[in-house]
Amino acid sequence: MLGASVPFRADVLYHRRARHFSSFAQVSGVPCEQTGGMQANDDVMRSATAPMIPPTPRGPASAALLDVLLEAAADPSRLVESVRAAMAATPDLLRDDDLQLTLFALYELQYGGIEGVDDRWEWDPTLLTARALIEERFEAELHAAIPTPALPEASAEAVAQALFDLTSADGGPSLSRFVAKKATDEQLHEFLMQRSIYTLKEADPHSWAIPRLRGRAKAALVEIQSDEYGGGRPGRVHSAIFARTMRGLGLDDRYGTYVDSVSALTLASLNMMSMFGLHRRLRGCIVGHLAAFEMTSSIPSRFYGNGFRRLGYGEDVTWYFDEHVEADAVHEQIAGRDLAGGLVESDPGLLADVMFGAAACLAVDGWAAGEVLDAWTAGRSSLRTPAQEQGQGQAREQEQARASVASLSQEPLPQAPLSQPLPA
Amino acid sequence: MTSMREEQDLPEIVACPNGPLLVRGNVRIVTPDGEPVPRDRRTVALCRCGVSTLKPYCDGTHKAINFRTE
Repeated sequence: MLGASVPFRADVLYHRRARHFSSFAQVSGVPCEQTGGMQANDDVMRSATAPMIPPTPRGPASAALLDVLLEAAADPSRLVESVRAAMAATPDLLRDDDLQLTLFALYELQYGGIEGVDDRWEWDPTLLTARALIEERFEAELHAAIPTPALPEASAEAVAQALFDLTSADGGPSLSRFVAKKATDEQLHEFLMQRSIYTLKEADPHSWAIPRLRGRAKAALVEIQSDEYGGGRPGRVHSAIFARTMRGLGLDDRYGTYVDSVSALTLASLNMMSMFGLHRRLRGCIVGHLAAFEMTSSIPSRFYGNGFRRLGYGEDVTWYFDEHVEADAVHEQIAGRDLAGGLVESDPGLLADVMFGAAACLAVDGWAAGEVLDAWTAGRSSLRTPAQEQGQGQAREQEQARASVASLSQEPLPQAPLSQPLPA
Repeated sequence: MTSMREEQDLPEIVACPNGPLLVRGNVRIVTPDGEPVPRDRRTVALCRCGVSTLKPYCDGTHKAINFRTE
């Protein structure tokens, strides 16, 4: 039954490429028949391993990157020029759709890859040059916008206490309370689409740090990550439990389906984790990030679960949130004391990075959540592209497609109204 | 005398300051009647503040009530 969504996705891919790439003829031979081969994969494997569909460009830099990746552009060096020009033009990289999408797509080559893109681009020196240009400015802008908190003594207990104090003092907007009490069914759908960008690869950005740590901090990170990855049980991998929640609301759980719907800040949130994780130099930041993330998860997760229960969703949908109430109450203790505290005790020079990484997690996720809350309280959709066009419309048609599996091979697939104009 | 290996295998309970009891290792968690409490993860946190909604496990609420052990 799940296989029914695959021909549909291929259809979407075809549709998007036809709209956005003048050299469509060069790439159109790839998708339809080949992706049909994934039908045999089960749920878990499907969401875990499928490369994401190419996102729609949001400006000249991301268009140049996708032209290179989809082999519509012969000369990748133009990409670096496009990135330089976009950087010169933007006043705010954190909220720049074009550059955050460019960075997101470059990082995706290090994770699950992009459909139709040669895996060898992952280590292409020109692409890495473009990535480094954006990263340098991204890191500088994060530091300019987010002050490093006051530093505690460099002991495990003092670091844990400082992180608990920092995270409990966080006065950011409470998306979880809104979801618990007020969110409509449509807003719950939007919430999952927004979350899917990180949560369908939950824990992955922090795993980059494992080989960069030693001793107590390494054991602590692996203890947390092992739990995140299901403790050896594929069905309990947190990203797989989240995929179930998405399917429970009729959403497409394939990675990247809703990338076009989310804002630059939502992409920046994941990009920041990827940058912290992929640079050994920034291992203190990714450790602090994880500690803050875990410390702000168990109580909000209960509220999120309550919101879904309020609208009548069952355990298959709320499992993800219920799991995090219990799991993150464990993880926050390990992350604060053994991971962050242990790292600082063995390497006191990383104390400021640990505290900055925690503050950056709270700040960026707070801004992204604030954007969603502002839209909802103003009666607007929080998505860049209306849910009707991008998400729910697709999901509904997918459900129809799933319901009529038998007739799929004979009948033409429905065309989702996917047209999304590029922002001016 | 226990060997280093045996000592490493002993269960461990960490009394987290202002927080739960973190339990690592091979320990049976049972109800007062001796019924096993479902345990879905290797390391668990037991509620110490009394207000968890998941007792005997911790749900992080000790932070909301400003629970203090120190």
